Amino acid sequence: MTQTAFLNLVLPFKDKMYRLAKRLLVSNEEAEDATQEILLKLWTNKIKIGGYKNTEAFAMTMTKNYCFDRLKSKQAQNLRIVHNNYKDETTALQKQIEQQDSLAWVEKLMQQLPSQQRLVMQLRDIEQYEFSDIAKVLEMKETAVRVNLSRARKTIREQLIKKHNYGIK
Amino acid sequence: MELNNIDKLIEKYLEAETSIVEEKELRSYFSSKNVAPHLEQYKYLFEYFIIAENETMPKTVSLKPRKNYYKWFTVAASFVLAFGFYTYNHVKPNTQEEEALLAYYQTKKALQLVSNNFNIGAQKVGYLNEFESTKNQIFKSNK
Repeated sequence: MTQTAFLNLVLPFKDKMYRLAKRLLVSNEEAEDATQEILLKLWTNKIKIGGYKNTEAFAMTMTKNYCFDRLKSKQAQNLRIVHNNYKDETTALQKQIEQQDSLAWVEKLMQQLPSQQRLVMQLRDIEQYEFSDIAKVLEMKETAVRVNLSRARKTIREQLIKKHNYGIK
Repeated sequence: MELNNIDKLIEKYLEAETSIVEEKELRSYFSSKNVAPHLEQYKYLFEYFIIAENETMPKTVSLKPRKNYYKWFTVAASFVLAFGFYTYNHVKPNTQEEEALLAYYQTKKALQLVSNNFNIGAQKVGYLNEFESTKNQIFKSNK
């Protein structure tokens, strides 16, 4: 397998891996390193790539496992929390700040979920994976995925309503 | 889109029973301008999903393995360790030996000094012998 062929295979889901890693590791740099590391692992084992049923699901599982390993490692104390700057030039400044605040709030809410629920929500609501694929990536049963997702969505909704009604009720 | 329909979809969504198509429908509804006031809190959620989906990795991927200088740390550490063992086992006993030798010489010197002085003292005691013999002569002659 040539380098370009590998990159063409990998590029469609590279950003998905990055986003998944970032969901777990929070920091941009850590997520970049994780993605880089896993792609490198895939590249060094490129002979086996034909044997994988679903390279994307396999890579996502690797990302998940790698991130959990990173979080368990001693270096995890060095992980920094980095907030994203959402850019949206079309709206007025006041509105923009408000929106940015609300969107950062959603991200924070997701960060507070247990890691399993966070992963399910990331894969379903953001990456829009089918339940069967999520089950494959997370090595879980489909019913467990649904339960986790439902719990995550309900928790987020409760928090959002609380925030929305703050100062009103 | 019918509001009733959206309400139903939200219910299904919370139970995680919506399909991808239905979730896309929800997304497009909440990214539109006219969201019903009682659903406004969901707006941020779906807006966030869209923004989060479009996030990309800023760095490009390189397939060359990163040079890992950390592995040389182990080599350096083993050198330091070996050197430490060497000095512990060889240099430290040497200084002890030197110290012992020094102590030995100093003791010897001190003992020599003592014996010299003792000899001087003993010579002086020799006069007492003279006194004794003279006294013996006198007392013998008296008897």
